[in-house]
Amino acid sequence: MAKAKGKVTFIEDRCKGCELCTTVCPVNIVVMNKEKINIKGYHPATVVEMDKCIGCANCAVICPDVVIKVEREIEK
Amino acid sequence: MALVFDRTKGLTDKIFHYCPGCTHGIIHRLVGEVLEELDVLGDTIGVAPVGCSVFAYDYFNCDMHEAAHGRAPAVATGIKRVRPDNVVFTYQGDGDLASIGTAEIVHAAHRGEKITTIFVNNAIYGMTGGQMAPTTLIGQKATTSPYGRTKEHSGMPLKVSEMLSTIDGAVFVERVSVHNAANIRKAKKAIKKAFEVQLKGEGFGIVEVLSTCPTNWGMTPVEGLKWLEENMLPYYPLGNFRTPQEVE
Repeated sequence: MAKAKGKVTFIEDRCKGCELCTTVCPVNIVVMNKEKINIKGYHPATVVEMDKCIGCANCAVICPDVVIKVEREIEK
Repeated sequence: MALVFDRTKGLTDKIFHYCPGCTHGIIHRLVGEVLEELDVLGDTIGVAPVGCSVFAYDYFNCDMHEAAHGRAPAVATGIKRVRPDNVVFTYQGDGDLASIGTAEIVHAAHRGEKITTIFVNNAIYGMTGGQMAPTTLIGQKATTSPYGRTKEHSGMPLKVSEMLSTIDGAVFVERVSVHNAANIRKAKKAIKKAFEVQLKGEGFGIVEVLSTCPTNWGMTPVEGLKWLEENMLPYYPLGNFRTPQEVE
C-alpha cells in the first residue's frame, strides 16, 4: 500500500498559540512548544515526531494565521 | 517532496491583528485562495467593513476600499456599476451586515447586484467589546445581555441566509462553517461557487460563514469551536439555499 510521508514547517513567529492545529491532527503529533516563547509572547505550535506526519494539511487548513507550510510525498 | 499547502498569493505578508484562534484568519485565507485559483487577483476590488475585520484592506492582496459601517454593499454596487468587468466583493461581519447594514444588504440582493458578499457570523459584536448582536443566540450572554438574550426582550436571532433566499435577486445563498477541517474545505467550495456566479454575471451571491469569537465568548479557541458546533449549528443550519442551475 502506498504510504504518504509529510513534512510540516511552522513560521513560529506568526503563531499566536491558539492550539486549533493540535485538535485536527489525525496522528496527534502537533503540540505546543512549552520550552519556547516566540516574538509575540506565545508558545508556538510545533511537531516533534515528524516521521509520523502523513501530510494531510489539516493543521494548515485550520490555522487562522497561516503559520504552516505542508509538503508531501507518496512512497510506493 | 511536493508542496501541498503554502501561503496563498491572495494575502499580503502582514500578520493579522485578530485575537488568537479567531476564525477571521481562516476565512480571509479561503477568500485569498479562491481569488488566486480563479486568477482574478489583479481584477478584484474588495470592500472592507467596519468591525473586527475593518483592516481587511491590509490583508487581501487585491485592490480594496473601505466603507462606512454597514454600507459595503452600497459602495460595492457603485464600484461594480462603474467597473462591470472587475470582480467586486464585500467582506462583512454580523454587526455590520445584519444590524446597521440590513437595508443595504437586502436592497443590494433585491436589485440583483452582481457582487459577492462574504458574511462572517459569530453571534456577537467583536470589535466594540462583546455586545449582543441581532444574531446572538437565545440564552447567550453578552455585555448588553448579561443574563442571556431573551425572546421577549430582543426577539429571535436573525437568520440572514434564510431571509435573503426569499429575494429573487439573490441567486446564490449558502451557509457554511469553519469549526473543523472538513467544513473549512466545504466553505472554500461555497466561496468559490459564489465568485463563479459573479464571473458569469448571474446576480448577487452571499456566503454566510459561521465563525467564533473566543475572546468575547469568554472561551479558549478550542472551546469556541466546540461551542459553535453545539450551539450555533442547531439554530443556523448549514447548507445551500439557492444556486443558479448553470453553476451546480
